[in-house]
Amino acid sequence: MSSYADDVRGAHGTAAAHAVGSSHGDIHVDYPDRAPEYQTEDGSLKITGFWVFLGTDLILFACLFATFVILRTHTAGGPTGKELFDVRGFTEETFILLTSSFTGGLATFEMHRGKKFRVIGWLIVTALLGMAFVSLEVNEFVKYALEGATIQRSAFLSAFFTLVGTHGSHVSVGILWMISIIIQVAVKGINPITARKVFIVNLYWHFLDVVWVFLFTVVYLMGVM
Amino acid sequence: MPHYGVFITDPMVLGSDVMIVLASVGIVAALTFFRRWGWLWREWLTTVDHKKIGIMYLIAAVLMLFRGGVDAEMMRTQLALPNMNFLNAEHYDEVFTTHGTIMILFMAMPFIFALFNVVVPLQIGARDVAFPYLNAISFWLFFLAAMLLNISFVIGGSPDAGWTSYPPLSGLQFSPGPGENYYLLSLQITGIGSMATGINFLITILKMRAPGMKLMDMPLFTWSVLAACILIIFAFPALTIALALLLLDRVLGTDFFTMLHGGNPMMFINLFWIWGHPEVYIVILPAFGVFSEVISTFSRKTIFGYKSMVFALMAISIVGFLTWVHHFFVMGAGADVNTFFAIATMIIAIPTGVKVFNWLFTMYRGRIRLTMPMWWTLAFIPCFAIGGATGVMLAVAPADYQYHNSYFLIAHFHQVLIGGTVFGMFAGMYYWWPKMFGVILDSKWSKWAFWLFNIGFYVCFMPQYALGFMGMTRRIYTYSAGLGWTAPNFISTIGAYMMGVGFVFMVVDIVHSFVKGQRDLTGDPWDGRTLEWSLPSPAPHYNFATLPKITGRDVWWAVKQGELPKTDVLPDEKRLRPIHMPKNSGMPVIMGVFFFIAGVGLVFGVLPLDIIGGLGVAFAMFKRSFDYNTDYFVPVDEVVHTETALGRLQA
Repeated sequence: MSSYADDVRGAHGTAAAHAVGSSHGDIHVDYPDRAPEYQTEDGSLKITGFWVFLGTDLILFACLFATFVILRTHTAGGPTGKELFDVRGFTEETFILLTSSFTGGLATFEMHRGKKFRVIGWLIVTALLGMAFVSLEVNEFVKYALEGATIQRSAFLSAFFTLVGTHGSHVSVGILWMISIIIQVAVKGINPITARKVFIVNLYWHFLDVVWVFLFTVVYLMGVM
Repeated sequence: MPHYGVFITDPMVLGSDVMIVLASVGIVAALTFFRRWGWLWREWLTTVDHKKIGIMYLIAAVLMLFRGGVDAEMMRTQLALPNMNFLNAEHYDEVFTTHGTIMILFMAMPFIFALFNVVVPLQIGARDVAFPYLNAISFWLFFLAAMLLNISFVIGGSPDAGWTSYPPLSGLQFSPGPGENYYLLSLQITGIGSMATGINFLITILKMRAPGMKLMDMPLFTWSVLAACILIIFAFPALTIALALLLLDRVLGTDFFTMLHGGNPMMFINLFWIWGHPEVYIVILPAFGVFSEVISTFSRKTIFGYKSMVFALMAISIVGFLTWVHHFFVMGAGADVNTFFAIATMIIAIPTGVKVFNWLFTMYRGRIRLTMPMWWTLAFIPCFAIGGATGVMLAVAPADYQYHNSYFLIAHFHQVLIGGTVFGMFAGMYYWWPKMFGVILDSKWSKWAFWLFNIGFYVCFMPQYALGFMGMTRRIYTYSAGLGWTAPNFISTIGAYMMGVGFVFMVVDIVHSFVKGQRDLTGDPWDGRTLEWSLPSPAPHYNFATLPKITGRDVWWAVKQGELPKTDVLPDEKRLRPIHMPKNSGMPVIMGVFFFIAGVGLVFGVLPLDIIGGLGVAFAMFKRSFDYNTDYFVPVDEVVHTETALGRLQA
């Protein structure tokens, strides 16, 4: 903050000096030497804000985990995790989701290299893997319900379906979000705004992976043990 | 099956129906007659300006204070004498439930958010909050959630399981009907908005301070907002989960908190208070921030012990998370658990004491001016000291077995919430009123309001401590004669009426000020110390023509003392550049309406409304995501024109 060039910072602390004649048309760039998602003050703020949002989401999941851990033995004479969970099924789900996190990472990588079509390609692969994960999960849920293990059957099952289902609905929202961003990258190319969006949706996607690792451990592995 | 009657035949409810319809017709007619629809839409409903959003929060908070206050007066009327028939049991249950819910979530929360919005960007030398559009969404979610809760009184039935809504009482079995759904959904919707506000102001404070402003240069109100935001971010997700799981129990038939199939109601109570206890610090810490500003300004002294004040705020915000079990010492958690939470609760008194002593030392040998903000601050100190002392009494776990759910508890938490938060919000409102409206609020009406409200407070709540010891429990709607409760209850009701009259005087004061009040043409009517007083009242929409240069605490004071050059904080012609600002948007209010529609659908179990609401919200989000034209530049000419007209430009 030594130079008084900072004087020109605007509502978002942005420097108006670059507003005209930047390489990105009418999008003004504050820090041309940074990675694209951090080139505008606005983008950089939004990324920081999203990290904090992920913090709140983490606490949300922590509360659901706490509820699950309290209620996991409250099966009320109904089926237990050990009877229900199929090791092969949840291992497949895990493999698919972790792979999708990797392909999402590749999309960010290609974005930094400015390869528009590769970004779109990897995002499509990521979204497809996400859909595969969700459909496996829906299958799993339907199978349990047909066996009489419904969400109403016991407190354990209420907690199980709610915890795993909340993660699944997060993944579903992530897929819709990713589709909207794929369209935007296709139409607008890679610019500081779309770059920020690709970056943030990937943060979200990796976060869901981290949550899944805990689900895999606390719900499934401890469930079949 | 639940009672889903749309219009109840209760004369009081019918009366309020009629009033609401007449008021709505009146507002629509007035707007049409004065051709104000376009103005309302352009200037207010679509605004993303934090100062206007702050004013809207303030108006809503005062309206909700009225609504919650009417609830209180109804309860006190019912309890004034034994065997009263003013309200029946069911009606009384609804009234105390909505009183608590509204006062905490729809009065205290918007009141602190009003001050966050009005003050924080101005105090840190920012042109806006970090996410102005999200800020508007937060407001509209709060506002439409408040409307959702309020229509419960006229359509379908109000919640009546208490503001804490403990299951299994609030579960489907014991609370059929839409009442509890209203509670769960309106809190859920406003909770999303509050969480977003927490994130927004955290990032604003951390990232958007004027050049040179270190964390330890920030005014204490901004520090208190930072502490409150950290609490919001960590506490509100627990509320989200508690409400969501109870809603699932009610609409989907899950077994989280039922007495069957292994459910555990205590899980709700833990989750609720993991949010609920920090919530009391969320609403009190900003009040502490207000007192710090007011005492320093009106004692003409730097705040005593600045660093210890910051430390105390942070200590309270951390330890505040380790006390929640003191709300249910009688749960049966055992002596070890209760001891831990009892000690953690008592520890909070230490940083709070530090703050109170710092305020007293700031006033010591200060040149004190008794303005309205100062009156409310001075009234706060003894009131909060008594409330703190009774709080420590309640924290003693064995003794709490006696006080639990008695009127002693009621008196205690009203003493800290009114004596702390409400007095603090009033102090803040009077203090920053000129900054918001350009009018000074300090007349004989203000004084009358102050004394009526204050004396009324003690008349109302002191007898309730005694009633607690005499065995009167909370939430009873009537009592028989001969228990010895009649006189204290009657006195308490007189006090409640005095507070009500005090509130009316305050409203008269506000109206009076707009007609005949003293205008503030200087921008600095209190001879303030912090940056917001370097701006005109009200501030231009871009706040600062040139961003101030910060070299320490209270720079505006230093400039006025001649210790720093004027160009450090006043607009400097040489440094003028186009200003980057966000564009207004109608999307936040539209999104709020769709949330409202989805909420009504879920309350009554009407699937088409859920779908319309859900799709509407999704559509609004997609529409916004594809909009790349969201901001603009204010040209230098316009800034020069505005600042010259205000006579502020420094060559």
